[in-house]
Amino acid sequence: MTSVRQLVQDAGVSASAYSYGFLDETAKREIRRKTLKAIAIPGYQVPFGSREMPVSRGWGTGGMQLTLSLVGPDDVVKVIDQGDDAGVNAANIRRLVERTTGLSTTLETAMASIIQSRHRIPEEALRSDQILVLQVPVPEPLRNVERRVSAARVMHAERDYSKMWLALYEDIVRRGEVSFGAGYPVMVHGRYIMAPSPIPRWDIPLLNQSDALYLFGAGREKRIYAVPPHTSVEPLQFDDYPFAVEDFDGKSCARCGANDTFLEESISEVGMPRFRCSDTAHCDKVLESREVGT
Amino acid sequence: MGYTSVRGGLDAIHHAEQLIERTVQRARSSIDPAQIQSFFGLALDRVMSEGSLYDPELAAIALQQAEGDIIEAVILMRSFRSTLPRVGYSFAARIDEQRVHRRVSAAYRDIPGGQVLGCTRDYTLRLLGMPVDPLDDIQDQDVPGASPAFPTVIDFLRREGLMAEPPPESPEENPADITREPLRIPAPRSARLQILARGESGAVLSLAYGALRGYGLAHPYVGEIRSGPVPVSISHPVTGRRARIGWLPVTEAHMVFPGSGSLSSDAADMSVGFGISTGRDERKAISMGIIDENLTRAEGKTPGSPIEDQEYVLHHIDSVEASGFVEHLKLPHYVTFQSQLHQSRRITELVKASRAND
Repeated sequence: MTSVRQLVQDAGVSASAYSYGFLDETAKREIRRKTLKAIAIPGYQVPFGSREMPVSRGWGTGGMQLTLSLVGPDDVVKVIDQGDDAGVNAANIRRLVERTTGLSTTLETAMASIIQSRHRIPEEALRSDQILVLQVPVPEPLRNVERRVSAARVMHAERDYSKMWLALYEDIVRRGEVSFGAGYPVMVHGRYIMAPSPIPRWDIPLLNQSDALYLFGAGREKRIYAVPPHTSVEPLQFDDYPFAVEDFDGKSCARCGANDTFLEESISEVGMPRFRCSDTAHCDKVLESREVGT
Repeated sequence: MGYTSVRGGLDAIHHAEQLIERTVQRARSSIDPAQIQSFFGLALDRVMSEGSLYDPELAAIALQQAEGDIIEAVILMRSFRSTLPRVGYSFAARIDEQRVHRRVSAAYRDIPGGQVLGCTRDYTLRLLGMPVDPLDDIQDQDVPGASPAFPTVIDFLRREGLMAEPPPESPEENPADITREPLRIPAPRSARLQILARGESGAVLSLAYGALRGYGLAHPYVGEIRSGPVPVSISHPVTGRRARIGWLPVTEAHMVFPGSGSLSSDAADMSVGFGISTGRDERKAISMGIIDENLTRAEGKTPGSPIEDQEYVLHHIDSVEASGFVEHLKLPHYVTFQSQLHQSRRITELVKASRAND
């Protein structure tokens, strides 16, 4: 272990002052055990001793702890933020993984064994040998109907979700439809209501009966939860007000031309807003295949 | 006896002052306020913001005199501020005249004028003692100075009818002045914004965090956060023309809150919470924007949590008032406590007596 003073003196050359994957071994062991528990009880929020990480709490520290406790020498890590590999926060987290593990990272979804993501599930179907780690700001799906964590835990334990259903109903009466945009609440394995993290509605169906393992890490709120492969995940909905994903109404990506992806709009001072794929790696791939094709 | 007690008190005060003076003098011989100005810019931003007095030189002197205690430095700034006459009011500053050094939107990836990351610690790894990756091609001229126009992001939402129009209050009208008139609840928005703008950074942050965590409105979006100096203009006392008297570095946050639309009203679905701080205190500006909108939406309603309660928020976030009253507990309370002892003993006896009778 090198001292901090030493680090300053030799200008950071001795990065080995930090453990493999930043966290110490006991921390990693705890996180792995809690992760196993989370997988065993789909949708259940497992409290864990979340550690302070070298970025601000709330900037992906839960996801980082999961990723860094999972990685081994054979892993290939991909980090995306809002679908974008080049996002500043993604770049920063990728840098931490590289610096503390020496692992190589990738931009290609298919190449990665662990994908850490903020608020998106990649468009490309995930395989059974892949893990998607989602960063979670608010792990408690009942937060908007019950602000006290202790009371919400009791509601989960008793499977008392009446307040939630009532809130959805009132939303429809007041505003015409359920107003959740990103982070639409889901029922996991018919037992626990779960916050899917603020992924768009578009991504919700991808959680259902997936081949891949989904892990959710909330660092600031100190919770880990999971959706194991082939688990039923259903958005909360009424028969007469069914859940629907975002409708891009015939719009397509201005860059790759795709019309079957989640699009992001940009504001322009003149004319119509432009749209482009939020999943940049997928956009690159489509673009490449078009160019090869021509 | 009373006489000796007063003299003894004065001696003790003198000795305490000497002990402080020794520390501060020692500091002055090794660091001068100019160095504090260049090394502790963000600390000075807080001193000036909470002190509601923009003067980096004075703030540096205050911070040194206070041994780095920001609240103590704020008390020094505020008490100095009391000695200054209120000469007049500037025109409302125009954000489109800001020399933008940093400007980001979390709502859109592409915005007219572009995202300007500027000088920020946001995406650095917080590894103690670890220097950043060396990058030798960065030049001073790469730091944005005078900049092209940056249209505000919320104006695009207004154009589309998604965002509520700005409040009808005319900016030419003199706003409330919380340093001249005592606060009355319900307070007008101009008074609320003044109190929030000079509120203690930690208190403002903590309330905003509570709001965000479920004790207030749901998750807002940073429509835009922008930093840089804005020109300050007054009406020239002789010619009456608009005259620029200087530049004030500020950070502004436009917090976009959805959720106002309903089938039974014409209200736009989104509204904006406004935050501002002197210098580069983004944390404070964002927190202020969150509290502003929470208070605005709660107007005229029974507060469901502290963040919706003007009384609670506006009376408790001023560092001078809060620290003063909390720390007054250190003052002698010999008489009050004596009286308390009497009461406690009396009640204890009464309790015993009633038990004995049972």
